[in-house]
Amino acid sequence: MTDDRETSHNQGPTTVNRMADLNMPLTSAAGLFTANAPKVTARDVTVHYGDKQALFGVSIDIPEKSVTAFIGPSGCGKSTFLRCINRMNDTIPICRVAGEILIDGADIYDRRLDPVLLRARVGMVFQKPNPFPKTIYENVAYGPRIHGTTASRQELDGVVETSLRKAGLWDEVKDRLDQPGTGLSGGQQQRLCIARAIAVGPEVILMDEPCSALDPIATARIEELIFELAANFTIVIVTHSMQQAARVSQQTAFFHLGHLVEYGATEQIFTAPSDKRTQDYITGRFG
Amino acid sequence: MIALYFVLTALVAISAFAVGRARSQRLKVAGVRLHSLPSYHGLFLAAICTVPMLLAVAAWTPLAPRYVEARAVAALPEALQPATGLEHDARMREIVMAAEGRAQAPSPEVAEAGRAYVAAQTTSKTVLLVAGILAALAAFSWGLPRISADFRARNRFEALTLWLLIACSAVAVLTTIGILFSVMFETLRFFQRYPWWDFLFGLQWSPQTAIRSDQIGASGSFGAVPLFVGTSLIMVIAMLVAGPVGLFAAIYMSEYATPRFRSLAKPLLEVLAGIPTVVFGFFAALTVAPFIRRTGEALGLSVASESALAAGLVMGVMIIPFVSSLSDDVITAVPQSLRDGSYAMGSTKAETIKRVILPAALPGIVSAFMLAVSRAVGETMIVVMAAGLAGNLTFNPLEAVTTVTVQIKTLLTGDQEFDSAKTLSAFALGFVLFFFTLTLNVIALRIVRKYREQYD
Ligand SMILES: Nc1ncnc2c1ncn2[C@@H]1O[C@H](COP(=O)(O)OP(=O)(O)O)[C@@H](O)[C@H]1O
Ligand SMILES: [Mg+2]
Repeated sequence: MTDDRETSHNQGPTTVNRMADLNMPLTSAAGLFTANAPKVTARDVTVHYGDKQALFGVSIDIPEKSVTAFIGPSGCGKSTFLRCINRMNDTIPICRVAGEILIDGADIYDRRLDPVLLRARVGMVFQKPNPFPKTIYENVAYGPRIHGTTASRQELDGVVETSLRKAGLWDEVKDRLDQPGTGLSGGQQQRLCIARAIAVGPEVILMDEPCSALDPIATARIEELIFELAANFTIVIVTHSMQQAARVSQQTAFFHLGHLVEYGATEQIFTAPSDKRTQDYITGRFG
Repeated sequence: MIALYFVLTALVAISAFAVGRARSQRLKVAGVRLHSLPSYHGLFLAAICTVPMLLAVAAWTPLAPRYVEARAVAALPEALQPATGLEHDARMREIVMAAEGRAQAPSPEVAEAGRAYVAAQTTSKTVLLVAGILAALAAFSWGLPRISADFRARNRFEALTLWLLIACSAVAVLTTIGILFSVMFETLRFFQRYPWWDFLFGLQWSPQTAIRSDQIGASGSFGAVPLFVGTSLIMVIAMLVAGPVGLFAAIYMSEYATPRFRSLAKPLLEVLAGIPTVVFGFFAALTVAPFIRRTGEALGLSVASESALAAGLVMGVMIIPFVSSLSDDVITAVPQSLRDGSYAMGSTKAETIKRVILPAALPGIVSAFMLAVSRAVGETMIVVMAAGLAGNLTFNPLEAVTTVTVQIKTLLTGDQEFDSAKTLSAFALGFVLFFFTLTLNVIALRIVRKYREQYD
């Protein structure tokens, strides 16, 4: 796994060349990403489910260590695109992905790359909290165990604690690590899932409507957490709530009917959208 | 005549339905807003007409033979009146034979009684028919005027349906309780003759009791431990086959197989459960047992021609579908979100199955195993045919053993007095078996229920 990661870093210089080669115009203002370098780069990504096309040539640069929100009406392909970034679509037999997605300049759809290793670098949090029916400890220790990243029990204990701390759950569960994760409240379960994802040491965390099953207070906690996590991770979040996108994200991408319609700084998207469809969506005309 | 009665009942039902529906339909056409749909009015009328008819026949069935017999016996002269129950039965046989013309009546008086018998039968059937028709008419004339706009025919009919459902479940429950009690009473009778601790813990099983009191060495010994050991031995062998094979088949089916293969293989596997056990039995006795003996001999082992191993292996094959089908169901029931969660952490399919899916499905798998065990323990035919009858107390799978079920079958077949210790011991064995499988089933069902709550 480490080998792979190194290869991807070594490809740094090639990235520049490739990007120059591709030289595709992005949907929106190019001078947007002054702060951070792109972590994930997608070019002309097209997805079919069987005969049905779900995504039409999506190209996007997602800057590292920031929060990027995907918004758009249901069924417009937000989840589909998110699942391309960690190749979760590979688990759906009828799903075909074309185009190019690079992380740190390395093609993640390269034949030689094992999606299993990719997913250690790109964590994911789902819409409905899905802790395993194991103890809280075992939930968080799951990733380090399968990837063999910790050498001793002490080290594993350390990883579990740090992950739970980063997910803001440590104080609530430190006395009951041996109790089932399924016994926690919805919001706690979702933070447990975040801790579980963090424990593998990912670079990117994908979140697919992580708050849609939670009450407002739990939602506020998760949003706060997302904000904190952005200091260390590249976060991509799909959300149904425009307020949430406005609160947590630095960039927002608006999808519609499988197309990436508009992408830019969150503030700009919400105050001065350039596309009519974006404007309609934001003003609640449809969705 | 009775067939006629049921045809009549069906006709009554159909016509009452038609009348009820037509009547309410007419109201509706007339512009009245009905509470219930016309077909509910029809169903309600049909139900209240047929229920009394069915009740009449239900009451008539046990009463009619008594009435008929009483009339026949009453027709006999004083001298021929039976004094004892035995005599009564013998006399009735003569009368019935004479009445049905199957044999010459031994005396004109009996022939006379035979005629009385036939006459009484005709009377009783006529009474039934008339009573049924009257009941139906009464119900009809009570129900028809009730059809009106506000009549809650749907609610009434649904209440009647509810009672029907309750009656059906009562039959199932009461039968179980009835069987349990009858077995329990016979068991208690057995324990009056034979101490229960000797039965449960005795090591010697030789149920030959004396037929004549001067016979020697045939007092009967009912220590059931060899049977319990034999049963457990075969059960363990069967589970060693069915457990892994069934579980791995279930994992393949639910996690790896393409939907096409699955839709083909799953029914095929379930056909295995439909093969009559006697077929498995002769397969065990004629193919597997000789094969095991030859293999054993080639290896220099002494193998009995009937062995626990042969019976256990075949029984294992027989219960594979029980394990695989149920396990497949519980594995499939593990939510996709858990699989996604695990894949998204970067685990492979095998890791996901081993670390997430199987632990999540474990309670269900355990109960699948328990149901399979209770099936194995209750199985008779295979063991009769392949494991032998000898009550050996042995843990060696190559020897002949016998099981609880086989002994019950052996004790109760053939001409037996039904109150000797020998036959009563069968009930005690049956009770132990019943208790064991009942316990297993209850535990299994509880686990399944608890497991369901976890995901719903
Ligand atoms: N597993 C799947 N199989 C077939 N079609 C799918 C599948 N998942 C999503 N789709 C289709 O792809 C389109 C995009 O879905 P999705 O990405 O889930 O939308 P969103 O997350 O924006 O609501 C929808 O039309 C949906 O019907
Ligand atoms: Mg979605």
